[in-house]
Amino acid sequence: MDNSLYQYLLILGDNSMILGHRLSELCGHGPTLETDIALTNISLDLFGQVRSYFQYAAKIADSEQTEDSIAFLRTERKYRNVLLVEQENVDFAHVIVRQFLFDGFHKLLLEQLMQSKDETISAIAHKSIKESKYHYRFSGDWLKRLGDGTEVSHKKAQDALNKLYPFTNEFFLESDIEKEMSAKGIGPNLNILKETYYSNIHQIIAEANLTLPIEKQRVAKGKLGYHTENLGYILAELQYMQRTYPNMQW
Amino acid sequence: MVDTHLTSLPEEIINILESVKDPEVPVLSVLDLGVIRDVKIDGKNIAIKLTPTYSGCPAMDTIAMDLKLSFAAKEYLASVELVLAPAWTTDWISEKGRQALIEYGITPPMGEAADKSALIHGEKIIPCPRCTSTNTKMISQFGSTACKALFQCNDCLEPFDYFKCLK
Repeated sequence: MDNSLYQYLLILGDNSMILGHRLSELCGHGPTLETDIALTNISLDLFGQVRSYFQYAAKIADSEQTEDSIAFLRTERKYRNVLLVEQENVDFAHVIVRQFLFDGFHKLLLEQLMQSKDETISAIAHKSIKESKYHYRFSGDWLKRLGDGTEVSHKKAQDALNKLYPFTNEFFLESDIEKEMSAKGIGPNLNILKETYYSNIHQIIAEANLTLPIEKQRVAKGKLGYHTENLGYILAELQYMQRTYPNMQW
Repeated sequence: MVDTHLTSLPEEIINILESVKDPEVPVLSVLDLGVIRDVKIDGKNIAIKLTPTYSGCPAMDTIAMDLKLSFAAKEYLASVELVLAPAWTTDWISEKGRQALIEYGITPPMGEAADKSALIHGEKIIPCPRCTSTNTKMISQFGSTACKALFQCNDCLEPFDYFKCLK
């Protein structure tokens, strides 16, 4: 098995999976019917992308892996998502800011992955980019509405930005796997995306009348498997059925 | 092994494919929707290549199952393979499918530029499928399913779905 490629698929898939799970927690709890439907639709898109990545990972794995075993039967340290996506929902402002910070990166990443030398990854990216553009539009619009809205919505959006912005640095901290994939032409050189990412999001943050936090980055090693305590709670819920009824299927 | 283009498939096969509908939009057959990418016929064995509309579209599993069952009812054995490339676009919805959408109360996709104007800048260009007025407003970018946005007509006041352009 090409272990590096397998690990890379986890890095790509886990972000969508954990964020998709966070959004699914809002099903029936969105602030309005329209936003509830929108957020869970975004969740569905992300889960669809995860299935493509994990079906591919299962195919190249030596052992008897399936998309489900990859999704459900790993321990915390084996998940490769960035810390941003596992942060709690807290309130609608946190949900939107987290989504916005992720979508801005996700769109750039997928644009690069479309050029991947790996045909399957390229196909998944061609498919996903169309969906992610809608997500970015949605979260960007809402960021402006909240930031440029009432005193209360502005404060909540600013608080969320102060807390979540420092996690964005992790997108660009290349793990050994990502460096290897970049060298092989399978994944992008993340450093190239950094400038575009910050210039894009800073423009929208400014339009939203929000200011950048003083703390710009923090230590984050999610891609290496070191997570915040949030992931433990997520997995407790996510893996409940598989732990209670091993090998169950729908 | 007969390698057949969709247009030149035997009538019986076309009829079976026409009978399988999108469970979310039951007036659209899988052919109208453009999700059938290839059909290979080998005696009673039918190998179908199916492409998803949206990655997470929950209808895909249902469609694959419906295809197998519909072919089984006519004593064929169908296998369904999911293909991702090339990625589905709303351009693949047939003209017949677009008409069926309007009659069903869904405005078919208008195009990338139109979507930008309507969904981002709020321009009144999306026609109401009931009274054809373009005096309409967007209620939500995401509608009852991921592929649709929710609109309301300012003239007849009816809400309606708009099938978003996906390219």
